[in-house]
Amino acid sequence: MTKHIERQIEGLKEKILRVGTLVEEAISKAITALINKDTALAQRVMASDEEIDRMEVEVEEECLKILALYQPVAADLRFVVAVLKINNDLERMGDLARNIAKRVAQLARAEPVDLPPEIRTMATLTQEMVKQCLDAVVNADPALARQVREEDDAVDEARMQIRQKILRGIKSSPDRVESLLRINSVSKHIERLADMATSIAEDVIYMVEGEIVRHRVTD
Amino acid sequence: MNSAIDSPSIPESPSGPSASDRLVAVAAGIDVPSEVHAQVGRETPVLEIDHFNLWYGQKQALHGITMPIPQSKVTALVGPSGCGKSTLLRSVNRLNDLVQNVRIVGDMRLSGDSIYDPRTDVIELRKRMGMVFQKPNPFPMSIYENVVYALRIDGETNRGVLDEVCEKSLRGAALWDEVKDRLMESGLGLSGGQQQRLCIARAIAAEPEVLLLDEPCSALDPIATGKIEDLIQELRGRYSVLIVTHNMQQASRTSDYTAFMYLGRLIEYGPTTEIFTKPILRETEAYVTGRFG
Repeated sequence: MTKHIERQIEGLKEKILRVGTLVEEAISKAITALINKDTALAQRVMASDEEIDRMEVEVEEECLKILALYQPVAADLRFVVAVLKINNDLERMGDLARNIAKRVAQLARAEPVDLPPEIRTMATLTQEMVKQCLDAVVNADPALARQVREEDDAVDEARMQIRQKILRGIKSSPDRVESLLRINSVSKHIERLADMATSIAEDVIYMVEGEIVRHRVTD
Repeated sequence: MNSAIDSPSIPESPSGPSASDRLVAVAAGIDVPSEVHAQVGRETPVLEIDHFNLWYGQKQALHGITMPIPQSKVTALVGPSGCGKSTLLRSVNRLNDLVQNVRIVGDMRLSGDSIYDPRTDVIELRKRMGMVFQKPNPFPMSIYENVVYALRIDGETNRGVLDEVCEKSLRGAALWDEVKDRLMESGLGLSGGQQQRLCIARAIAAEPEVLLLDEPCSALDPIATGKIEDLIQELRGRYSVLIVTHNMQQASRTSDYTAFMYLGRLIEYGPTTEIFTKPILRETEAYVTGRFG
């Protein structure tokens, strides 16, 4: 029994890591496509979302199977529950990467505008958070998870700056309003990615320590 | 992403002890303090186990057990074979008095009255408790007589009182509907699960202050087990129940509090929901997840 559940948990861990890797790649490619205005790469990101969706369903079924057949408790239970939630967050992150890729294609067709430099800052910070939250999952590392929670503020700050810039841009060049709104939308998606990385980090803290830290001010 | 894949099931923190440190210490005969959750202390105890030690000859089977058993709650004792949980349960109604070479240091108190005081009348004491064993043991007499046995030997002869207690107890044990038309038939003719519920009815007939259940389902099939577990749920609130079980899921399903014992020591004791979702000790975590024991 013990051996069985350990094997199941090990298998589940490998699966969620595969989803994590796919999502991390999708985000990275979407950002690269955005910066390089690479519509072909953006297309590939959009296509890759299907694989993420498929994996998400597989992981969820695996979690339900373990819950039903092995009735895990304590650390095992927390792990399975955390994976269920992380899996959901990862799938939504995949959708956000696809949305960013869509905007790249739309931006290519509209009047050209320069990306505000804060977008790059924001994207770099967010990608680092995504990487760290996945590392925190792999290593069951609550300290790293707490660090991710703290980094979210910097992303929110960058997002506010971009928003101000875009508002000013719309006032000064109303003819570019469409492109500017698309860039605003991209920055919102990136901010959401950072939020989801934070949510995953919070699930890691729950998984390891059994404490639900969501809705609490960063400690 | 880091590619190292090591099980997160029992996460190791750099400073914390490994899952087996306390258990290794216990095995080496070193005393380790029990981890008792604060919520246990907020309950009103019906039974107080106070620095209780027991030896079978030279061998010490219980080491300084101190634990309050809350009133009107179900408390489960879990732990691997030989951890002393049955010995502890049997010590509550002094069944171990019947075992040769048993030596006891420490005390237990039932509603404040010493159980091990030499002046304590053991028979009177046992009347205040009910006990149900692993194997159903109805007396070779009718269902009715089984239930009212305790009242009979206590001198009760009023038929009205006996009838009332019989029905109330059988209803309390969720057996009434199945046997009400054959109360005068032998208790031995019932199925295993029904026999066990009959034993519970017999145990609750005398309105015990505490009900002791020693692996009451281990000889039963899953359906009968389910009925006994439902019954334990119903007894909660009306009776104080102390149950020994090998079945971890039974402990998690039926009890309010769970105590984890190992080699004669109380390791961790707290609300069942905490013990099975986030125990304080890694040792408890390792046991409830089946990593050892």
